[in-house]
Amino acid sequence: MKSTFQMDSQNTIHRKRLLLKIIGLLFFFFIFVLSGFLIGEEQIEANLSEKNLSPSLVHLFGTDWLGRDMFMRTLKGLNLSFQVGLLASSISAVLALTLSLLASKSRLLDYIVTILIDLFLSIPHLVALILIAFVLGGGIKGIVVGIALTHWPTLTRVLRAEIMQIKSAEYVQLSKKLGKSRMWIVKHHFIPHLIPQLFVGFVLLFPHAILHESAITFLGFGLSPEQPAIGIILSESMKYLSTGMWWLVLFPGISLIAMVAIFDALGNNLRKFINRE
Amino acid sequence: MLEIKNISFKYERSDWLFKHLNFTIEQGEIVGMYGKSGSGKTTLAKIITNYVSPIEGDVIIDGEKGEFQGIYPVQLIWQHPEKVVNPKWKLIEVIEEVEGLDKEIINILGIKKEWFNRRPSELSGGELQRFCIARAFSPNTRYIVADEITSMFDAITQAQIWHAMMKLVKQRNIGLLAISHHIHLLEKISDRIIDFNNICNVR
Ligand SMILES: Nc1ncnc2c1ncn2[C@@H]1O[C@H](COP(=O)(O)OP(=O)(O)OP(=O)(O)O)[C@@H](O)[C@H]1O
Ligand SMILES: [Mg+2]
Repeated sequence: MKSTFQMDSQNTIHRKRLLLKIIGLLFFFFIFVLSGFLIGEEQIEANLSEKNLSPSLVHLFGTDWLGRDMFMRTLKGLNLSFQVGLLASSISAVLALTLSLLASKSRLLDYIVTILIDLFLSIPHLVALILIAFVLGGGIKGIVVGIALTHWPTLTRVLRAEIMQIKSAEYVQLSKKLGKSRMWIVKHHFIPHLIPQLFVGFVLLFPHAILHESAITFLGFGLSPEQPAIGIILSESMKYLSTGMWWLVLFPGISLIAMVAIFDALGNNLRKFINRE
Repeated sequence: MLEIKNISFKYERSDWLFKHLNFTIEQGEIVGMYGKSGSGKTTLAKIITNYVSPIEGDVIIDGEKGEFQGIYPVQLIWQHPEKVVNPKWKLIEVIEEVEGLDKEIINILGIKKEWFNRRPSELSGGELQRFCIARAFSPNTRYIVADEITSMFDAITQAQIWHAMMKLVKQRNIGLLAISHHIHLLEKISDRIIDFNNICNVR
């Protein structure tokens, strides 16, 4: 048997490791995503004297058929995807919080919300997304609304279960006997309890939002070709693939996957970290 | 007067815990109740304090029954304090949850200022229980049900806590139902003692 001291120190070592991982991932995230804010139009301008260059130290990801630097374009594209993801995930999270709180109000409302969750979960995301984006006429609005509307159910389900649990907690029952209103209890007992889950859910929504945004943009239902989105870069580059310019697709593609992986790892590590508390 | 009238209760898929149970508590009176473990005393405490609805019968508070606005006039002090405080809160928040709580109560119960900024997990069971006891003495409280509230204290502290409780109850003219296994303890503090197993009318 381990002594409690050993268990304790093992636990703190584990926590430290988790924290280190989270900080490392955040570091990558900042370089990757926020650097896009620093890139101006002139850095991704066409420069016909430097077109079709393969990757080199000057142009890490090479240049395209108009002589634009692919590294800069990729960073800018990831940045745009990040912004779309941020907006869509925020709306999803707010929707999930509102609906899960609504569900806790009465049995009928809970029933309705559960049915809505099951209904939305049964439709494949991509199909629903394309439909919504198509109906709303593409562009950022279509994508953000589409992603927000398709991604709330999983988080709502998690939050609903959390609320059910805390609702039956003795200290919440006691709060009612102290004459506290439902709003007071929601604000002081429920929300602080939900914030960690909400935050983790929010971060975990990101990779989905980004991948789906790229996917529908790639398929031509999403952002317009003038916007420097990753999906646009990829679909344009596909046309030049046959001419042997492999770097146009490879590096932006890998970067997209890397960003998604970073968010996913960040979300999962945050969850582990919070659950250990 | 707090009237427990004709109360019957059973949990789903179990036998009756008590049937047609009757007794009363006057304001300012301390009534002791003892009974075998698992016989349904905590369940009765929850019925009297409106956490659980009886299958039959009524609890009548000074002639009134039904819904009360604001703080409920009959407060329960629970057997296990760690379950009835939000683990994420500081103890100061636990105290502030009770509107208009008299600060003198905090002193009388021996609550130290330095505990206020801690979380429940950073206090001992006995220290935490003092907060739970204090919380029951809201300005609206007319009756208190104390369900085995001092089992986590040593003998000396137990005596101190009950001394404080008796003082508060008499001072504020509150009716108290004290539930315990310890008949000796009940004999010391109560005006009158009820044997739960005698009045529950089952087997
Ligand atoms: N929520 C519940 N659902 C079903 N049965 C329950 C529930 N709570 C308690 N019981 C059962 O009801 C009986 C009475 O429980 P209760 O806690 O009221 O006893 P008690 O007299 O307070 O016991 P103790 O003196 O040990 O505190 C027990 O047999 C218990 O197993
Ligand atoms: Mg009990």
